[in-house]
Amino acid sequence: MKDAAIHVENVSASYRKNTVLEGVTFQVQPGSLTGIVGPNGAGKSTLLKTMLCLHPALTGSVTFFNQPFKKIKKRIGYVPQRGSVDWDFPTNALDVVTMGLYGQIGWLKRPSKEHKQRAWEALKKMGMEEFANRQISQLSGGQQQRVFLARALVQDADIYFMDEPLAGVDAATEQAIMTILKELKMKGKTVMVVHHDLQTVTDYFDHVLFLNGKVIAHGNTNHVFTKENLAKTYGGSIQWVKEGSQHVVHSIE
Amino acid sequence: MTYSAWIIITASLVGLSCGFIGVFLILRKMAMMADAISHTVLLGIVLAFLITEKLSGAPMLIGAIIAGLLTAFLVQWLHSLDIQLHASMGIVFTTLFAIGVILIATSVGNAHLDVQHALMGEITFIPWNTITLPLIGQIPQATALLGATLFVVLFFIVAFYKEWKITSFDPALAASLGIPVLLMHYLFMGLVSITTVASFDAVGAIMVVAMLITPAASAYLWTDRLSYMLILSGGFGVISAIAGYFIAAWIDTSISGSMAFASGLLFIVSFLCSPLHGLLSTYRRSRHRKLSSHTEKA
Repeated sequence: MKDAAIHVENVSASYRKNTVLEGVTFQVQPGSLTGIVGPNGAGKSTLLKTMLCLHPALTGSVTFFNQPFKKIKKRIGYVPQRGSVDWDFPTNALDVVTMGLYGQIGWLKRPSKEHKQRAWEALKKMGMEEFANRQISQLSGGQQQRVFLARALVQDADIYFMDEPLAGVDAATEQAIMTILKELKMKGKTVMVVHHDLQTVTDYFDHVLFLNGKVIAHGNTNHVFTKENLAKTYGGSIQWVKEGSQHVVHSIE
Repeated sequence: MTYSAWIIITASLVGLSCGFIGVFLILRKMAMMADAISHTVLLGIVLAFLITEKLSGAPMLIGAIIAGLLTAFLVQWLHSLDIQLHASMGIVFTTLFAIGVILIATSVGNAHLDVQHALMGEITFIPWNTITLPLIGQIPQATALLGATLFVVLFFIVAFYKEWKITSFDPALAASLGIPVLLMHYLFMGLVSITTVASFDAVGAIMVVAMLITPAASAYLWTDRLSYMLILSGGFGVISAIAGYFIAAWIDTSISGSMAFASGLLFIVSFLCSPLHGLLSTYRRSRHRKLSSHTEKA
């Protein structure tokens, strides 16, 4: 498959003293919306970080449109977990979104009126324009997540990676974010999302990647999202609520 | 210019440079790194003295930058080997500082460099040690060094303002946008080092920590904007410096000690009275909320 948007080949990585990823290999079609699912500690976040060179890979290679990350950085957008930054930082929502443009603005230059305008439009798209000048610590969890999404939108990337964008957000925000994700897909962007809610996988994603240290299964949601694969990924700790449609995961912490 | 005027100007320059640098120390959650570097620059100064055999500006600055970066590098390196961050700081800076102290005691003990001076500073001697600069004329050497440092600090903060902001707030995003996060980290450590060494003569290694952290921590309580925080922090630094001088003159005590004391007072006032994040206003807001919820119920 030469025209894959993302090509991950035999990637391994360790976190602290444990190996969390081992021989991860998969390819992602351009214009697809993939959900990455797996239990806690399966290496979902580490996989994203390793692909983006934020975490060292022990083995393997990752290419985007047949190019290494370094050459194609500017066409990739990343939405880290909300908890990864300090929301008490003295700045406002518009400013955080403008940060998505810092790569394009370049050294020694200030964001111009046009940059601020683009950031404002991205906020508006997420229904957040009235909070543009709000200090970020005064936003709710869902609003903070929308700000992060707006910041990714303003980058206008071709490939997006999002780490649990739907974790701990209100229903309205979840809807808003899913609308945007589907819109990105319509525009031919490739999106990979770490996701934790198994009940919504079939509604939200056209592709699923089951991950637990290695790739358990990957492919079209209709074909791959099966009882067997869920059991293989989560180690049989799944309880079927309603046969065939809804699943509940009991974590074994 | 009069003797006291030079002392006040010098102290204010310390307040300004430390105030600006301190903001990013606080926001990058590296306050204790200032403590570490303020101690290890002593080693840099001693080594520079051993090589050049005099206590002059440029070699001292270079020695301090090298010592500061070495500290930052060793701390990062130990941390990458799974040693806790704060433990690595504690190990690295005490060891380097101890080497500095041993060198002073064994090799340069008779010179104009002693541990007491390095730790506490002696701002009252500053006006006696002057140099002549073109255009400006005769000014104290320490004041000239601090002026140059302030210029360098301001230049880097203004030139890379948005890069400091993004690497402090979200280093992962910064890295994915192609901003050299690690290089910015070491550049910042370099700035901390030169600010520390330039403030050395005036306030010493211990008090420079107070001037780096306290005004910035106070400013953090007053505003939600980075630019205002920088201005406020610099302002608080200057106020602490001037207030410190007059407190010292009034009760006849150490100027650097009084400056640190004044910055502590400013912090307590900010902590209690800041309209934004102060204790009193937070208390009032939560009471107000409780009262209004009571009335709603009634």
